[in-house]
Amino acid sequence: MKYLLLICSETADGFPGATPEELDATPWVEEMTRRRVRLDGNRTRPAEDATTVRVRDGAQLLTDGPYAETKEQMAGFDIIDCADLDEAVEIAAKHPVAKFGMVEVRPFWTD
Amino acid sequence: MRDAVKEAVATAWSQEWGRVVAAVIRQTGDWSLAEECAQDAFERALERWPRDGVPRRPGAWLTTTARNRALDRLRRAANESVKLREAARLAPEPVRPAPPDELPPDDAVPDDRLRLIFTCCHPALPLPAQVALTLRTLTGLSTAEIARAFLVPEGTMAQRLTRAKNKIKNAGIPFRVPPPELLPERTAAVLAVLYLLFNAGYAPGAEGPDQRRVTAEAIRLARLLAALLPGEPEAAGLLALMLLHDARYAARTDAAGDLVPLDEQDRSRWDRRQIAEGTAVLEAALAERRPGPYQVQAAVAACHAEAVDAAATDWAQIALLYGELARMAPGPVVELNRAVAVAMAEGPEAGLALVDAIASGGELASYHLLPATRADLLRRLGRRREAESAYREALALAPTATERRYLACRLASITPG
Repeated sequence: MKYLLLICSETADGFPGATPEELDATPWVEEMTRRRVRLDGNRTRPAEDATTVRVRDGAQLLTDGPYAETKEQMAGFDIIDCADLDEAVEIAAKHPVAKFGMVEVRPFWTD
Repeated sequence: MRDAVKEAVATAWSQEWGRVVAAVIRQTGDWSLAEECAQDAFERALERWPRDGVPRRPGAWLTTTARNRALDRLRRAANESVKLREAARLAPEPVRPAPPDELPPDDAVPDDRLRLIFTCCHPALPLPAQVALTLRTLTGLSTAEIARAFLVPEGTMAQRLTRAKNKIKNAGIPFRVPPPELLPERTAAVLAVLYLLFNAGYAPGAEGPDQRRVTAEAIRLARLLAALLPGEPEAAGLLALMLLHDARYAARTDAAGDLVPLDEQDRSRWDRRQIAEGTAVLEAALAERRPGPYQVQAAVAACHAEAVDAAATDWAQIALLYGELARMAPGPVVELNRAVAVAMAEGPEAGLALVDAIASGGELASYHLLPATRADLLRRLGRRREAESAYREALALAPTATERRYLACRLASITPG
């Protein structure tokens, strides 16, 4: 099954109290690539660099910022392909951000 | 004869429903199909058994019938989708292979029902859904009966069950007993759900035929779990705890439906056979020498059950057990229970000091049993005014009419004139 992992912070100013070393996902990426469960992923620029696009009555409407004004912020994403939710949870729990922020596990839509 | 067959079907319904559903889920992965096919199998039993006789192994007959029905329906669905594609002149796609006809034997290890219990109690499902799904798939209770027991509209309960089944499918929650590294915490979650089920039917003020059935099913499931997890003394501990509490059911309320406190209960109305069973189950669990919160709580219940009258209760032992429990599962409610035991063993003064310490912690500010306990201790110390105001405080917080009536009675008993 494929899952999207949304790597999120709980506050607007990132991960207070965590050092850059503690947040370094490189070893996790290496491990999950070796296990052949991680297909893709990246960090994303913060919400202030986001642009939200809507098309209404044929007109394109742009807004500065993310679609939802919440204090939780998406900091990155990963796409994984693994056996089931238990394995997806195990993978998500190993992501360094799980200790400081949170990881949302979203199954892909399949018919 | 007819009645005997009907009774055989009813017995099979209560004993075999979970096994039949679990087997079809393992085979097809489809929870709704499993329930429908189990239903079909029981309907077929009502048609066939009067004619052909009750099979030697009703559970195996029902499971095979439900499995065959599921295979039929899946094959038909596969054929129909092929026909649809042909009709639409789409490029032919390979037909998905039909599920295998070769099935593992009935006694495949581990029991399918164990997989089912663990899947229903998966922590990715919300707790009310875990409770509802466990009842719906493992017992023969209908959605309407479960809704009545939990006092929610049937539509709400149906939606809760559908959402849970959808999440299992869409999120990829596996149908299995968790691997060893996950087993301890997931077993704890299963035990918590079963205890919640028991309490949903046992809590004061929750008396009714639907609640009574939920309690009976909780005990049946705890029995099943203890049998399926012989290496887990906490499963046996939970079963013992339920049996020992439930043994007092008849004596717990009087003819008017009012709550009778433990020390005033007519002990001849306690179910001695059930107490003997609970005590035996507990002793076997304790012999494993791996104590846990359920075993300790069952040991407290056993202390009460074994006392010939209220005065003979070994309160010092109970206070020790609550001290043990507070170490394993710390919390203000455990502390409050310990305070009651200390008050009985050492006198109300010692108990009141503990209760006041809990009250100053503030965590139980809205829990009616805190002021109710204080009130009882103050009454025993002869501090009537303070007792009165504590009873009033408890009355304002008590959640059920049964408990309010009991507290009002106590208040009246110390109010002059």
